[in-house]
Amino acid sequence: MNTRLLWTAFVTIVVKEIRRFTRIWVQTLLPPAITMTLYFIIFGNLIGSRIGEMGGFDYMEYIVPGLIMMSVITNSYGNVVSSFFGTKFQRNIEELLVSPVPNWVILSGYVIGGAARGLGVGFIVTLLSLFFTDLQIHHLLITITVALLTAILFSLGGFINAVYARTFDDIAIVPTFILTPLTYLGGVFYSIQLLPDFWQGVSQLNPILYMVNSFRYGILGVSDINIGFAFAMIVGFIVLLGGYALHLLNTGKGIRE
Amino acid sequence: MTTALSIQDLRKVYGNGFEALKGISLDVQQGDFFALLGPNGAGKSTTLGIVSSLVNKSSGKVSVFGYDIDTQLAQAKQCLGVVPQEFNFNPFEKVLDIVVTQAGYYGIGRKQATERAEHYLRKLGLWDKRNERARMLSGGMKRRLMIARALVHEPKLLILDEPTAGVDIELRRSMWDFLTEINAAGTTIILTTHYLEEAESLCRNIAIIDHGTIIQNTSIKALLQQLDTETFILDLNGGFKELPSLEGYVIRARDANTLEVDVPKAAGLNALFQHLAAEGLDVSSMRNKANRLEELFVSLVDKNLKQESA
Repeated sequence: MNTRLLWTAFVTIVVKEIRRFTRIWVQTLLPPAITMTLYFIIFGNLIGSRIGEMGGFDYMEYIVPGLIMMSVITNSYGNVVSSFFGTKFQRNIEELLVSPVPNWVILSGYVIGGAARGLGVGFIVTLLSLFFTDLQIHHLLITITVALLTAILFSLGGFINAVYARTFDDIAIVPTFILTPLTYLGGVFYSIQLLPDFWQGVSQLNPILYMVNSFRYGILGVSDINIGFAFAMIVGFIVLLGGYALHLLNTGKGIRE
Repeated sequence: MTTALSIQDLRKVYGNGFEALKGISLDVQQGDFFALLGPNGAGKSTTLGIVSSLVNKSSGKVSVFGYDIDTQLAQAKQCLGVVPQEFNFNPFEKVLDIVVTQAGYYGIGRKQATERAEHYLRKLGLWDKRNERARMLSGGMKRRLMIARALVHEPKLLILDEPTAGVDIELRRSMWDFLTEINAAGTTIILTTHYLEEAESLCRNIAIIDHGTIIQNTSIKALLQQLDTETFILDLNGGFKELPSLEGYVIRARDANTLEVDVPKAAGLNALFQHLAAEGLDVSSMRNKANRLEELFVSLVDKNLKQESA
């Protein structure tokens, strides 16, 4: 396939993915909007007003970047894992497998589709946060780049989960038992400076801490970690997971007999 | 003549150790209407799955219009349209979107894809349903949708895995007409079916696969010539008092008004009718007991089973 044909195939997959999650917006876009609004009201307004400042900002301002990033992470991951597993389950993955679309285009299409949902929900949550706080963006380029790279990374994670999944239970295990705890412990609601040294060290093993903090740096200009290192780590994970996801597709793991 | 599909020494051993294909070789020429027959589990779907790259082969060579699927897979896939046995579209998508999206996977832009989708959906009587979700279609419509989807990139080789399974007779006939039309227009077709009447009516060449090996690969005409006896059912006006007998023919009574006769091909029907007329029997109608290809298919598969058991 030449470049023009590859581009058409890529756009077709992305459009199909975006059409899927917008068609079922009540399941995909509305719930995170409601959940995050509750977080803003309960943690930001009601409890936050008693907590006072964190990292030099009032608590509502401090948690907004973390909550936006949490939405990006869970929705990017959730979109690809459910869409690709559904495609496998209904066997319409065969539509793609019989076509000449190269595996890297299939992967890119699903990942960008997942990133579109993650960023879309992140944008909705950002708009909602404006009802509760004045959001000043410290560094726009870092904010956008971190959100995009994180969305890509977790879309890749969702893709790998979907390839291995055999039942619907399998697509819920990682988000429930790994992703959610790591996100909550990744500095969404607190600065790791509050923790004893030992737990600060443990927290630094959590990759989500780096994404939340670099995004917070983009918005507020404060971070618990080194931004350059955070970028390198996110890109490193993208290369690692992207390579592995492509290897799984090339070998036909879970999709070819 | 160009070879549309070439399979050489193709083997498939599944992870559980089951040997589905034991080194089959097969050529299908361009423009052919080819039947791949075999009992359930014989290896038909595995063969077609490997050709359409849904199943990984264990060894052997497959090429589509000269493109080796190991080294020129994208070119091979571009020549190929596949209609699988089971429904494999997203039931929540609209009919038109399913076909247009499939065209996109072949690099066809949205405008051209929509024009082609309209052409094939109209041809297959689905244009009125274009905005329906696929799950709302009847079984026959779903099969036609899969055919439209497989044709939207205008493949040179169309593979149909039991396309008329569960489809009513009227619709089956209209699908036959459509397939005959696209074959006449130049599309090579490979068909698997359990309706042997379908294979006999549509196809020119045939391969019969059983237990992972090809036990026949010839033209339908040549295959039918192997049939040395045909069984006919004769309905009689007024019935018969005594069972007639005629040397060389085996005649059985089905009921008081119906005879079943095994007719050797060499003997023909004239002598039988003369004999029945001489005995005062009046034949009102006659039909084959079974489809001719069906009789032959059953005997070949039985023979293969006996050879394997021995």
